[in-house]
Amino acid sequence: MALVGPNGAGKSTLLRALAGLIRPTAGAATLDGIDIATLSRAALAARVAVVPQAFDTLFPFTVREIVTLGRTARLGLFARPTARDVAAVARAIDEQDLAPLLDRRLDALSGGERQRVVVAMALAQESDVLLLDEPTAHLDPQHQLGTLRRVAALARARGVVVLAVLHDLNLATLADRVVVLDAGRVVADGPPATALAAAVVTRVFGPGLTIAQLSGRTVILPG
Amino acid sequence: MTRAAPAIAILAVALPVSLAAGILVGAVPLAPTDVLGALLGGGDPVTGVIVRDLRLPRVLAAALVGGSLAVAGALLQGLFRNPLADPYVTGTSAGAALGAVGVIALGSDIAATVVPLAAFIGALASALLVWQLARLGGRTTVLTVLLAGIILTSFASALVTLLLFASDRLSLRLRAVLDILSGGVAVRSTSELLIAAIVVAFGVALAIVLGRRIDAFVFGEETAATLGVDPERTTIGVIGAAALLTGAAVALAGLVGFVGLVVPHALRPIVGATHRTLSIASFLAGASVLVLADLGARSIFAPAELPVGVLTGLLGAPFFLVLLVRARRREVA
Repeated sequence: MALVGPNGAGKSTLLRALAGLIRPTAGAATLDGIDIATLSRAALAARVAVVPQAFDTLFPFTVREIVTLGRTARLGLFARPTARDVAAVARAIDEQDLAPLLDRRLDALSGGERQRVVVAMALAQESDVLLLDEPTAHLDPQHQLGTLRRVAALARARGVVVLAVLHDLNLATLADRVVVLDAGRVVADGPPATALAAAVVTRVFGPGLTIAQLSGRTVILPG
Repeated sequence: MTRAAPAIAILAVALPVSLAAGILVGAVPLAPTDVLGALLGGGDPVTGVIVRDLRLPRVLAAALVGGSLAVAGALLQGLFRNPLADPYVTGTSAGAALGAVGVIALGSDIAATVVPLAAFIGALASALLVWQLARLGGRTTVLTVLLAGIILTSFASALVTLLLFASDRLSLRLRAVLDILSGGVAVRSTSELLIAAIVVAFGVALAIVLGRRIDAFVFGEETAATLGVDPERTTIGVIGAAALLTGAAVALAGLVGFVGLVVPHALRPIVGATHRTLSIASFLAGASVLVLADLGARSIFAPAELPVGVLTGLLGAPFFLVLLVRARRREVA
């Protein structure tokens, strides 16, 4: 599922509310009918994982250590990783093709590799929901597509609900479902063809955009 | 990870070696066999006094001070997410020193528990304050941490000077105050050493327990939260542990600078950045470093003793400058 909208529409705010980082001033974020505000941080982390937009450190953490951070909530005070923790980390590493990079440091990786590390960390949480905040922000087109394809494939394979805040409307058309936010309200919700229909796009994102069909896909271009 | 285990093993061997060196070397030369005899309770009475009453408590205190400062440094570096933090530069040590000098000014008869307690409270107050200051504007940067530390340190030292002027008792205890301000290891009683050891053990245990959470914390409070770590509780735990360790160190040896900064920083490339491993390695390395530094400080002008804080300041400050220049370059880049 893709969450799109103009700058300031409230995409990141909504994502943060869903992640339990901020509390909604009205209403509630619920997961299977449970208000997430009632869950502890650890309980929530077991259900909802987040891929943040900014992820960096001045310290020399290795890829393996960062992916293992995904298990933080499941480890007790002194607990050593169990077989299940090790398996979850191994699976995430495998799915993101990180095996050759395991002992590399984060600052020695390219933007695309870093993004895979952070996604792997979130996958290691084995959550039911995966929230991504502009996962394609610092990537070139090839890696943008690669990241989203990978995540979409995983969503199907693992049965995980994936919600990604996307800036690029053309990438949003790759999602099964698109939610359009404008000034804090949902103005469209449905498959890309309807949610990103020309009328909606012009109303929300303003005039001056060219909306075309290209081999069955909606294409939105500036100018 | 692969290099952490052998590195810790080497450090674990280096510590007893350093302690032995610290006992053997001094103004009065002693033979290893005499020292061993004295440690076992026998031998020549003069050697016994030197070994059991002077050198053993001294090296143990130096080990505790160095170890706790290094662990506190690792904790504070994780908390502030930058490798330029330690109890000294964040003003935590200065707060502890103010607490210690404060109770010395207030009472002529000081129980062994009061000075460490006052030092802990001073350290806790200043660490909390520096944390609040550094977070102004929602983002901690290397420079705000350092600026907050400088402000706190100068404020605390102004208060110490004020106390020195205002208290008639303090002038009678000038030696104790000078020890605190210049960073000299001085053990006044066995109970003092024992209390410090218990506090340090607790602080190090807390650091090890919190290790994984601090690892998550390093990537930002929100990321830590989504990984299942409660940022507030972790912050309080880390500040509490750092204050316990700093308080114990300052009560034993006063203001000893830069050990807390340099040791974790030098270890990270070898043992890795995870805080559990780093805390253990920092304790062992910090303990050895300060025992040897104290040995050096005692030897340079022997039989006169240079406070070890002078030596760590002389060696640590240039190292700190190099780190600062590098960190600034990276921030700009």
